[in-house]
Amino acid sequence: MHLEISNLYKQFLTKQGPLLALENINLHVETGELVCAVGASGSGKSTLLRLVAGLDQPTEGSITVDGVPIMGPGSDRGMVFQKYTLYPWMTVQKNVESGLKLQGMEAIQRRQRASYYLEMVGLAGFARALPKELSGGMKQRVAIARALACQPKILLMDEPFGALDVQTKEAMQLFLLDLWQRTHCTILMITHDVEEAVFLSQRIYVMTARPGTIQTEVHVELPMPRHYEIKRTQDFLSYKNAIIDRLRT
Amino acid sequence: MAASIVLPLIAWLIISNLPGVNSTFLPSPQNVIEAFQRLGAKGVITQDTIASCIRVSAGFALSVAIAIPLGITMGAFTSIRALFEPIISLLRYMPAPAFIPLFIIYLGLNEEPKIALILVGTVFFNTLMIMDSVKFVPKDLIEVTYTLGGNRLQVLKSVITPYIIPSIIDTLRVNIATSWNLVVVAELVAAEDGLGKRILLAQRFLRTDEIFAYLIILGVIGFALDLAFRGVLKLSCRWAFD
Repeated sequence: MHLEISNLYKQFLTKQGPLLALENINLHVETGELVCAVGASGSGKSTLLRLVAGLDQPTEGSITVDGVPIMGPGSDRGMVFQKYTLYPWMTVQKNVESGLKLQGMEAIQRRQRASYYLEMVGLAGFARALPKELSGGMKQRVAIARALACQPKILLMDEPFGALDVQTKEAMQLFLLDLWQRTHCTILMITHDVEEAVFLSQRIYVMTARPGTIQTEVHVELPMPRHYEIKRTQDFLSYKNAIIDRLRT
Repeated sequence: MAASIVLPLIAWLIISNLPGVNSTFLPSPQNVIEAFQRLGAKGVITQDTIASCIRVSAGFALSVAIAIPLGITMGAFTSIRALFEPIISLLRYMPAPAFIPLFIIYLGLNEEPKIALILVGTVFFNTLMIMDSVKFVPKDLIEVTYTLGGNRLQVLKSVITPYIIPSIIDTLRVNIATSWNLVVVAELVAAEDGLGKRILLAQRFLRTDEIFAYLIILGVIGFALDLAFRGVLKLSCRWAFD
């Protein structure tokens, strides 16, 4: 898998005239990487992810996956939104199966595949529950399982833990790191939380606002697997502080 | 809930039995019960109720069969909405009973004009209310479906439609009341049987007790339908309630 974004511009037409949301974005993600784009609100990071997902078209520039330009949304790029996007009328099991069903997979295969991914996110016992019966963190785990069930080349995550309380958020970060190491999936995640970005990523793109540009790229050379304690180490803090300084400028 | 029905009943019982109250104008509950027994023995209650129910069912079923696909596609596609919304918004302000003479000219005096009246009187409201409910389908839910490999048709069928089923059931619950209004209007104008027809006959013979009896039947049918729709909603859309 090779995601390549080059010379990307995105302009929105607003009532006040054109608004440049993204300016000259160059970015790449390789197989098995966990990459975060971190930036304040208004830095166009969500727009960037929507462009990669194919939910929006760039004004200029190109986005390719394995050399093939993106022509709209597709199940090769799984997406997890900040808002809860489970289908409320379906059980957890049916939710995880839904992508496979849309692609026309047989019921038996679908069920097996969905169960496998539910097991992977630790929610096998909730297969028959409705989304409204789950906590926020559990809903996001189901959403991740649903995206992974389609076996995408890359998982796109738009502030997936942004709506969660601090304790749940930390638990979900550990969960994601663990999942990433077990499945060797490729992840591009958007967050405004610098600590979250440093804790999770191998590489970080730091974005600044108006217009959204990539300020710098940071390689996080902290050892894996990581645990909570690493957040208190000097190495971690210096990464975090360096990025915060970059965001201020 | 019981009190809101029982108290007016008691008031009616007392007032209608006061000396000086003419039972031709205000029949007492006892009179009405007698009227029920009399009409029931003749078999007309069942006959009239069935006749009216068939008209309402036929007219409203046609209305729903048109309104659901039309409302959903109007809600989902701006082009289809632009095509139908102006004309529907205009038509729905034309009072349906005003169409009765036209329907009689076109369709005669049998069941067709009555069914047509119910259809015309409810289809526009059904359509517009279903169309509106599509607006409340969260955008994220639609977008996530695209990222899971869904196409437009699948979004319509597997996301928008199931999401608005509770709204559809609620819309039907509200609008079926209109079809009961209209069936009575149609039967008052021209009919051989039906609840409205019987009320008209009762008026000719000054049988206010029978009019009361039929009004109560209409009320009970409406109330039962409302409860039935609520029940169906609760049972079939458990996900939509906390």
